[in-house]
Amino acid sequence: MTRPDPTPFSFRHRHLLGIEGLSRPDIEFLLDKAETAVGLSRQVEKKSSTLRGRTQINLFFEASTRTQSSFELAGKRLGADVMNMAVGASSVKKGETLLDTAITLNAMRPDIIVVRHHSAGAVELLANQVDCAVVNAGDGAHEHPTQALLDALTIRRAKGRVQRLTVAICGDIRHSRVARSNIILLNALDARVRVIAPSTLLPAGIDRFGVEVFNTMEEGLKDVDVVMMLRLQRERMGGVFVPSEREYFQVFGLDPERLAIARPDALVMHPGPMNRGVEIGSEVADGPQSVIRDQVEMGVAVRMAVLEALVGQSNGAPL
Amino acid sequence: MSGRRAYLNAHIVDPASSTDGPGGLLVEDGAILAMGGDVTTQTIGETPSEDCEGRIMAPGLIDGRVFVGEPGAEYRETLATAGEAAAAGGVTTFVMMPDTDPVIDDIALVDFIRRRAGATAKVRVKIAAALTKGLSGAEMTEIGLLAKAGAIAFTDGRRSIESALVFRRLLTYTRDFDALVMNHVEEPSLAANGVMNEGEFASRLGLAGVPTEAETIALERDLQLVALTGGRYHAALVSCQAAAERIARAKDQGHAATCGVSVNHLTLNEIDVGAYRTFCKMSPPLRAETDRMAMIEAVRTGAVDIIVSSHDPQDVEDKRHPFEEATYGAVGLETLLPALLRLVHAGDLTCLELIAALTLRPADLFGLPQGRLQPGAPADFVLFDPDEPWVLDRNDLRSRSKNTPFDEARFVGRVHKTVVAGQTVYDYRPTGTTS
Repeated sequence: MTRPDPTPFSFRHRHLLGIEGLSRPDIEFLLDKAETAVGLSRQVEKKSSTLRGRTQINLFFEASTRTQSSFELAGKRLGADVMNMAVGASSVKKGETLLDTAITLNAMRPDIIVVRHHSAGAVELLANQVDCAVVNAGDGAHEHPTQALLDALTIRRAKGRVQRLTVAICGDIRHSRVARSNIILLNALDARVRVIAPSTLLPAGIDRFGVEVFNTMEEGLKDVDVVMMLRLQRERMGGVFVPSEREYFQVFGLDPERLAIARPDALVMHPGPMNRGVEIGSEVADGPQSVIRDQVEMGVAVRMAVLEALVGQSNGAPL
Repeated sequence: MSGRRAYLNAHIVDPASSTDGPGGLLVEDGAILAMGGDVTTQTIGETPSEDCEGRIMAPGLIDGRVFVGEPGAEYRETLATAGEAAAAGGVTTFVMMPDTDPVIDDIALVDFIRRRAGATAKVRVKIAAALTKGLSGAEMTEIGLLAKAGAIAFTDGRRSIESALVFRRLLTYTRDFDALVMNHVEEPSLAANGVMNEGEFASRLGLAGVPTEAETIALERDLQLVALTGGRYHAALVSCQAAAERIARAKDQGHAATCGVSVNHLTLNEIDVGAYRTFCKMSPPLRAETDRMAMIEAVRTGAVDIIVSSHDPQDVEDKRHPFEEATYGAVGLETLLPALLRLVHAGDLTCLELIAALTLRPADLFGLPQGRLQPGAPADFVLFDPDEPWVLDRNDLRSRSKNTPFDEARFVGRVHKTVVAGQTVYDYRPTGTTS
């Protein structure tokens, strides 16, 4: 006799546009599903057929090697037909509007569109114009939900839980969609969130985001379980937001001495790509506490979970 | 046409005489002959008359800030369509901004607009000419000649005069002509990439913000130059509490400083941007609720002089972009009065206070004889039902552009009739005429 699943749960969202709007059960459902995907990805035979016959379009208005290939691999492992739209060479450069692009793609009858765009809200705008599921792969400084999910999965696997851990997000919070998504998700899972940054790199009203704000690494890193570094764009270092790379690394960079302020078993994370010697030193990035490479692996797993949750439910065996 | 006509049984709201009660209006040859409780069936004799059925009669609204696409962007709005929209909104006079293509920086353009508007627009169109040639912020226009040609104010429209030196000279030179200088108060470098009010809400949306200081710093500079030069100055749009306080102080010090606020900043706040609604993208941005409340109070106390629609038609295509890339601006002529009546219904302003900021005060600011229901004044008035509920469908707007932040909004209060110089230019529900 088989017992019915004690917690029947279905993911009731049409799109994944952000972490905002997801409930804690939604998030845990995706993380649990991703755990299964990790197993699949570690087999020799890595392919499932949940998305067989489905079409996935990766529409990237902003260049991204890792996120795009991660989504591509996730789709392919689930058996979907994946198409990458090279936007640089497409009609968008000829002045076609985002909405025209959306309508054109929609006519090709995809099942899922993965979008990255340089403007906040652009993915939602596109999602309102198409009939298929849309996944936000990063929109301006707004959200990057799969990054936050993969970060949570990495933490959960390394620490066994996310709840009540203290996580410090360090660096360019102001321009970071990764920071926004992470702050919302970590709060939803009851972690304690800190942000550490020079005040020029903090957004207005950050104190109302449910975080503790620090302006020095020395204070902010005390007793933290996870140190999450953010990438600092080089164009923001020439004296506009911070005076120089040199000063930034000396004051806000993560080196072994600073890491020693955190708990001895603290994790070091980075969404990549890293600027070694700007926000993070190589000893730390490649050191024993670093889970940066695990994050990349979890990225594929989380994206598989998201794709399946959005379009794989109606047929085929679940992961 | 004999030219004499009576409007009976209205509820008159006339700020010039502080009238707020039942009465009638007698009009002859496009001008007001008499107003008040004495104008009744008994007193008018054989004069053709119309029953206003107790609806409110107020002076025609005077809108001090309207952008029109003619010439140069007729697909957005022409003088004719702006006139239709104005008439439907109870606006009998509007001041057109010089941001056209070509820019209204030459007397030939003033003349062209006057002729075009006279031939095609249903309402009175007044012209604010450019302060600087091509709105470049550098060389001053022929202010004396433009004023003589009929420009009633000078402004660079959507742009702030960036150079303090240029602005000082403009205020100094215009003083000799007693010309009114209107400036968009925004410190350009602080506002640089901002697309909405700076604060928690913008940060959550991942949008760059414009702090209120972008407005107050520019305003402070302007007011110090007003004190230095003695020019007549009007801050086109203020949107925050600190700006209203600063203007009030300048008035106390006796300077000729006035300011306006848009209907949007009195009735909406930053939360209305919601999920990236580009129709709520404007400059200055919609502010916090505390600022909105402060602006209402400033209208009540007179710190803020006039309410404008800041009607800015934008092609819907230019709004269907991600928020950061969409154009600024919202149409507002037709929804001006219904939206503002929310403040009356909420008890924030009395009808008399509201109407004053839409009629008498702008008339005085721009030196117009309209804006009052007084014998001798032009017969420009609006008749509206303050309690009629309705829902706006933006496709019904007469404006050629439909970029309204009030789409599908529920309004209580509707314009029923608009009269310019004794002629009905808008009639929502034609009423029976008796003679």
